[in-house]
Amino acid sequence: MLKAKIFVQLKPSVLDPQGKAVSNSLSQLGYENVIDTRISKYIEISFDSKDKSQTTKQVDKICTSLLANPNTETYHFELEEL
Amino acid sequence: MRVSIITFPGSNCDHDAAEVFASRGHQTSMIWHKDSQLDNPDLVILPGGFSYGDYLRCGALARFSPIVKELVFFAKRGGYILGICNGFQILTETGLLPGTLLMNKGLRFICKHQYIKVESADSPFTKHLIPGTIMDIPIAHKEGNYFIDATGHKALQDRDQIVFRYCDAHGMVNKEANPNGSLDNIAGIINTGRNILGMMPHPERAATDSVCSQDGKLFFEAVEKYFEHGA
Repeated sequence: MLKAKIFVQLKPSVLDPQGKAVSNSLSQLGYENVIDTRISKYIEISFDSKDKSQTTKQVDKICTSLLANPNTETYHFELEEL
Repeated sequence: MRVSIITFPGSNCDHDAAEVFASRGHQTSMIWHKDSQLDNPDLVILPGGFSYGDYLRCGALARFSPIVKELVFFAKRGGYILGICNGFQILTETGLLPGTLLMNKGLRFICKHQYIKVESADSPFTKHLIPGTIMDIPIAHKEGNYFIDATGHKALQDRDQIVFRYCDAHGMVNKEANPNGSLDNIAGIINTGRNILGMMPHPERAATDSVCSQDGKLFFEAVEKYFEHGA
């Protein structure tokens, strides 16, 4: 079995209001050295497969067709053997 | 006019839209997302709501509903489509309109009256409205912050695709009149083929005698003029 650990992130050029709000809260908590916070999505998908190369291609396709919006998001992932 | 309104699981403004068209004497058809035919409409409405619970991204999962295949086919043939709120989000996720609706800058769900200005009359939906017309049309969304990259924004401007902008009561388009952080105060855009309009404000919530603002009637009257008396 293979598990894909996928991160979907907003592009650096896209404003992240949630990240901004967290930065402000951290600053109020006294973490004055916090410069920026970005919120991402973390998705795990398990595959009944041992073929890393084929699954990599499949995860790429899943990310570009559904999980990430190419207008505003980028993604990266790693495959883990279970 | 024959108007087909698509209901996705989680749509909640479908009957409001249908009621407005029906009360104005038009023939309406409610289309379930699992249907495969649009019932030969003059206009398709993608209504507001929370299709598929807004899971993953607003509108992202609706695009896999069976009816969307027919919707895309209808769009490519030049069929007229109006996406309101979640309908606008579905249109961007389907790729029928450019850009994305991001979370509001203030992180909150906003439900209030909002002035918008007609910026372009070069669309079937606004051809019979005078540019500069100010309308009080309610908004109700958490993800209405329109975003497109600089190249895409320039293309929208160059091709006169920005149909509505958020403004104040005097028609001033500025930061103060922008409810959600939307790029360039964009409230509604049309595709390059000029047959698909997406807008975050809800004209169907301002078009019956029982509600505060009646300004949505201006919009529906303009749409009717185009469809019933020709371009």
